[in-house]
Amino acid sequence: MAQTIPADVPVHDEAHHEESFWSHYVFSTDHKMIAMQYMFTGIFMGLIGGFFAYAFRMQLAFPGVEVPLFGVVSPNEYNALITNHGAIMIFWVAMPVLIAALGNYLIPLMIGADDMVFPRLNRLSYQIFLVSAIVLLASFFVPGGGFAGAWTFYPPLSSTAEYSLTPLGSSLFVVAIALEFAAFLMGGINFIVTAMNSRAPGMKLYDIPMVVWMIVVASVLFMLSVGPLIAGAVMLLFDQNLGTAFFNPERGGDPILWQHLFWFFGHPEVYVVLLPALGVVAEIITVFARKKLFAYRTVLYTVFGTGVLSFTVWAHHQFVAGIDPRMAHVFTVTTLLISVPLAEAMFVYIATLYGGSISLTTPMLWALGFIATFLIGGVTGIFLGASGEDIYLHDTYFVLAHFHYTFFPIAIIGFYAAITFWFPKMFGRMMDERLGKIHFWGTIIPFNFIFIPLFVLGLAGQHRRIYDFTNYPDLAAYQPIRVFATISLLVMFSFQLVFFYNFFKSMFRGPKAPKNPWQANTLEWTTESPPPHGNWKELPTVHRGPYEYSVEGRESDYWPQNEPA
Amino acid sequence: MSARPIATTRSAAGMPTGRLAVWWLIASEIVIFGGLLASYIMFRLAHDMWSEQAAHTSTAIGAFNTFVLLTSSYFAVLGHKAAEEGDGPKAARYLWYTFAGGATFLAVKSYEWTTEILHGYTIASNTFWSFYYTAAGLHALHVLAGIIIIAIIAVAARRNEELHRVELIGIYWHFVDVVWIFLFPLLYIAK
Repeated sequence: MAQTIPADVPVHDEAHHEESFWSHYVFSTDHKMIAMQYMFTGIFMGLIGGFFAYAFRMQLAFPGVEVPLFGVVSPNEYNALITNHGAIMIFWVAMPVLIAALGNYLIPLMIGADDMVFPRLNRLSYQIFLVSAIVLLASFFVPGGGFAGAWTFYPPLSSTAEYSLTPLGSSLFVVAIALEFAAFLMGGINFIVTAMNSRAPGMKLYDIPMVVWMIVVASVLFMLSVGPLIAGAVMLLFDQNLGTAFFNPERGGDPILWQHLFWFFGHPEVYVVLLPALGVVAEIITVFARKKLFAYRTVLYTVFGTGVLSFTVWAHHQFVAGIDPRMAHVFTVTTLLISVPLAEAMFVYIATLYGGSISLTTPMLWALGFIATFLIGGVTGIFLGASGEDIYLHDTYFVLAHFHYTFFPIAIIGFYAAITFWFPKMFGRMMDERLGKIHFWGTIIPFNFIFIPLFVLGLAGQHRRIYDFTNYPDLAAYQPIRVFATISLLVMFSFQLVFFYNFFKSMFRGPKAPKNPWQANTLEWTTESPPPHGNWKELPTVHRGPYEYSVEGRESDYWPQNEPA
Repeated sequence: MSARPIATTRSAAGMPTGRLAVWWLIASEIVIFGGLLASYIMFRLAHDMWSEQAAHTSTAIGAFNTFVLLTSSYFAVLGHKAAEEGDGPKAARYLWYTFAGGATFLAVKSYEWTTEILHGYTIASNTFWSFYYTAAGLHALHVLAGIIIIAIIAVAARRNEELHRVELIGIYWHFVDVVWIFLFPLLYIAK
């Protein structure tokens, strides 16, 4: 029996109709609108981060050239561009899109609730996030320009203005990051409590769709890892502005402390953004392979194991920072260990595909693309996790290429997979499959052409954060490879226009989407597309797990969670 | 928001939503203070000379503040008990006592810091004092936020509204108390 709304609770529609533009789009407490706010802010920041990558890649391939739309990149501008490219893509694109937008949109819809448990806290979380983005953008326009001391903001570059040459930019950068953390802490508490408390009647722990689990575990990881860095950010702000010396060895401080605080957060953060993407892939491959997720509980335990282990690997970022070699051994072992559960997750996904009736729709292509590219990212990570090898590879383009082979699948491929899959639900219209596939191939091929050459450069000893490699005789000969990578980047960016054309055209002119265009099981597909305020007229009740596809003895090959047996 | 979403009324985990959220909030706060204090302890172990600096903190004032804060937590417990019994005005009265404790704590702290700063021990003096002001300052901010929330809840409780919030602020207040229990020995007693 579906849960009926008690008579004494006012139905949303009464309070809903005749909303002004402001209360509907800007000050809404509806989780779907807040998700859209996060998503569009994230996309906007992504365009800025992408533009920065374009500017500094042009400088690397054609040193000193007048970059179209930017101009000549000066050395300090170059540093500011790489710094803010990294920070924006992680903190203002991956986090808001994967955790905040997907979490806000999917958690209530997938657990059968009409909103988050704290709608106003949710709104506040977005508003603080927006302020953090504005503070970061403002930092580009202060005297000295945006912060130019690398996205990990290690002291003394971050604490001493004479080194970074960005006296105001560095403080604004730290403030922006701290605000962003505050926003996601609020959002995280909301996600966790909503998933724990507001599930539809009948939805047991193992009936929760994997993507919800993943976002919740990611929120817990974020919450438990970010604290030391918040404390560190306060200490760094004091070092910058109040004359303390927490990170200044001349006056009794220690710059390595910052690296510990940063990476204690920084490494779990990798899993904070990875897990939602893994969850998205799980939803998509089960739907388009028409198969039950292989070993649901194993995946879950794997994720818990990864979460616990992720707190014990941070010093693998510091193998060359002068840590005790015996400690380095310990962190090598934990780092290699953490690849076990993730390799297992990959095998579980491949096992899910095995024997399924696979349809290669656009979202499915993105999901498969995620598995293929992330595998390369994971395998190259093992080289870096071994402390001996890392001493050679540390701070080379090998690290950079490895990192992008993990983060690009997570943030970009994960996003495209999610948006092409849930677009019909979000906007009530279907996307164009043909354009979607052109966009997929036009992204995934150039992506590999950008970063495989960078692995080669890294193995050749090319160091990161160098303004102009032609000044280095032993690296100058590799210039054609750099040009190749940059041209691949331009090709990849131009194919993104296909996506935006498809996205906006489909939003307004695409064919109307039915309730359940993919014939999926999870609850969000049982309501209208797009869902009304309050999500359902009658909130659903759950009778089974989310992945009952191709169950023997049933006429249809799917079995929605809310359908009575 | 004129209508509360049904989501806010459910409790699938068997614990009221507000209480669950406060516990998660505290979990996130523990790692903030934990990171700061772990850094402090690691530094302290490496710098013997800090004890000379620590000798200039006033254990007596710190002990008095500990007493004040613990007493205020006791009133928070009594307030919770009154709220459980449905006696809003009584709960509000106890919350105001808690408020008074928090305010006294802050007043004493201002006096203490003023004296120390006038004697030349500022946040930039050396790393011990940097930690001293940062950790105690972060804690004082929590006390300040706590008493503001206590005032808001007390005003509502007097009218018998939102009585479940008395418990929530109580949990938070105990946490602020416990943080101080760590800070007091680390910053004042260890010399």
